[in-house]
Amino acid sequence: MRPEHPPEFPLAIHDLTVAYHRKPVLWDIELNVPQGTLAGIVGPNGAGKSTLLKACLDLIPKTSGEVLIYGKPYEDQRDLIAYVPQRESVDWDFPVSALDVVVMGTYRKLGWFKRVGKAQRQRAREALEQVGIGHLADRQISQLSGGQQQRVFLARALVQDAEIYFMDEPFAAVDAATEQAIIELLQNFNAKGKTVLCVHHDLATVSRYFDHLVLLNMRIVASGPTSETFTRENLHKTYGGKLNLLDDVAEALKNVGR
Amino acid sequence: MSDVSVIASFDFELFWETLFLKTYNTRLVVVSVTLLGAAAGLIGSFLLLRKQSLLGDALSHATLPGIGIAFALMSALGMNAKSLPGLLAGATITGLLGILLVLAIKRTTRLKEDAAMGIVLSVFFGLGVAILRMVQKLPGQSSAGLESFIYGKPASMIASDRLFIIVVLAITTFACLLLLKEFTLLCFDANFASTEGWPTLTLDILLMALVTAVTVIGLQAVGLILIIAFLITPATAARFWTNNLRHMLWLAAIIGAVSGWLGASVSALLPKLPAGAIIVIAAAVIFLISMIFGLARGILPRLLRHLDLQRKVGRQHILRSTYEILENTQEAHPIQNLPIPMDLLRKHRYWSKGELAKVIRQARSEDHIERRPTGEICLSESGFGEASRITRNHRLWELYLIKHADIAPSHVDRDADMVEHLLGAEIVRQLEAELDLEKPIVESPHIINTELGLQSEPTT
Repeated sequence: MRPEHPPEFPLAIHDLTVAYHRKPVLWDIELNVPQGTLAGIVGPNGAGKSTLLKACLDLIPKTSGEVLIYGKPYEDQRDLIAYVPQRESVDWDFPVSALDVVVMGTYRKLGWFKRVGKAQRQRAREALEQVGIGHLADRQISQLSGGQQQRVFLARALVQDAEIYFMDEPFAAVDAATEQAIIELLQNFNAKGKTVLCVHHDLATVSRYFDHLVLLNMRIVASGPTSETFTRENLHKTYGGKLNLLDDVAEALKNVGR
Repeated sequence: MSDVSVIASFDFELFWETLFLKTYNTRLVVVSVTLLGAAAGLIGSFLLLRKQSLLGDALSHATLPGIGIAFALMSALGMNAKSLPGLLAGATITGLLGILLVLAIKRTTRLKEDAAMGIVLSVFFGLGVAILRMVQKLPGQSSAGLESFIYGKPASMIASDRLFIIVVLAITTFACLLLLKEFTLLCFDANFASTEGWPTLTLDILLMALVTAVTVIGLQAVGLILIIAFLITPATAARFWTNNLRHMLWLAAIIGAVSGWLGASVSALLPKLPAGAIIVIAAAVIFLISMIFGLARGILPRLLRHLDLQRKVGRQHILRSTYEILENTQEAHPIQNLPIPMDLLRKHRYWSKGELAKVIRQARSEDHIERRPTGEICLSESGFGEASRITRNHRLWELYLIKHADIAPSHVDRDADMVEHLLGAEIVRQLEAELDLEKPIVESPHIINTELGLQSEPTT
């Protein structure tokens, strides 16, 4: 029986399998992400969290299955999507300024051959202002701290003005001020009814940041509202032996329902 | 003629005439190599930023069999076997074949790209050398001059070819400028570009097509062994001067053009020296100068910035230490500027004698510290003022960190050379407002033990 994937879901994944060199990384993924949620994807290292995002965005080939964005394939819905890659995925020594990177978020609407103009730069400046680093707009990106670099990526996603935001570990190795800025941004998206899908690695903060949770370990272990999904049993199923420190679980569970 | 006599016959007046294109014969050669340099610098910049420099090398080496085969084919068909467009068409075909083979090896085997490139590069080059030998034995047209494609010989270009070369260069430069935005995105973040619907594969192919065009056009002037240096060296040299992509592209084009111009002029005068080598040496000299003096990332400016920072930090430390000792040894407020013994100062921060002597020398040169005949040192009037300012800022900062340690202030720059500017007047005012302090000098939030020199250092 084919599970239901109604078009009102911003993201619906059906029977997705991804394999590298014939070794499966993701198995039979079935997932519906409801409108307006802040969804966290959580799982151990090598669980395929980033792969799941990349497969949704057609960055790596799917072995089988389909991904629907509001009921349509991704190619038809690119305007609705913004992607924040992992910070390490690019060379921060590249000779561009923070503003130049953020302006890249406007290229799609600008189209082929057209030059970046005042309007695009203005939008980019506003986005940098919004993530709290407006004063660093003209700085070369290698001279930014890790947290500031992450915020440059977030500003670029802001400029894209999307409905669904795919974020790959935005909280990884950032300072407290950046963490706060990201949380505010997420809540801002949430208030506007946008949907966020965010790969996350820190169990202790899951229940504070996300209202929807996807527990992943090559397959979907559980998914649903955080209050129902974030349980000791599910975490054990996801992490198995890797989470042998029961204290970690206890610590993480303490935050449930806060 | 031996090499020595080649150089001895150097005629300065002739050199001058050549350099400034006084003789018609060399004019077009020099102009086309200069243009080639500009185009190579521009497109090479993107090749470098896309981190595909080696692919360019594989490409250029893979052109050799094409040249030999094209020669043999045109010869067999009774055409002019040395027609440049024909030879370059052959070069392009096997060059692209080489790139495709690299990509195929990478895809189908688990070999890494560098290994695949190494294999393709050497096999194609070896094949090319063998084919050239074979076509030399063919009856009919002489294949003499084909080896100029290996080492480069601008003078071997004939007049009708130059127009062809200039047109191709103009087209590639124009295409590169047109695709500036798209190439920048591709080089910086190809995955992001792909999610935004940009055809990254097509863009990569376009970029490689431009690289191929410049490589193939440059074969005759620079030679296939060294053309990669002509593509990459100007770009890497330009990178030392700027962090701005546009400036880098301009600079790379200029550096490429200058090396081409110098190289072609010199080789027009000394035809025995291989032109490609001279062009590449000219580019390498510019690279070396850029590496040392480049304002953005050169070795010397970096070193100077580092030394400057060390001096600033040392100066701050000595002034603050002196002030703290004065504070600890006096009961009265406000404290007075009295001489203190060197020993006390040395213990205060665990300075070695040499280090202390060095920072004191610096402070004296800035008129902040005076040395008394008794061997004691004393702050000057301006030094005393500066010391109290530095100490105060340091403590404000410490207090701020202690109070707000859980929220790192977003305006804290990690740039170490900002240490001093960090506590500029504006931030000090902010700190005062934050901490609700208006006292002229605040007490240290931690105990300063002058005898043992125990002290925490939150800012450094």
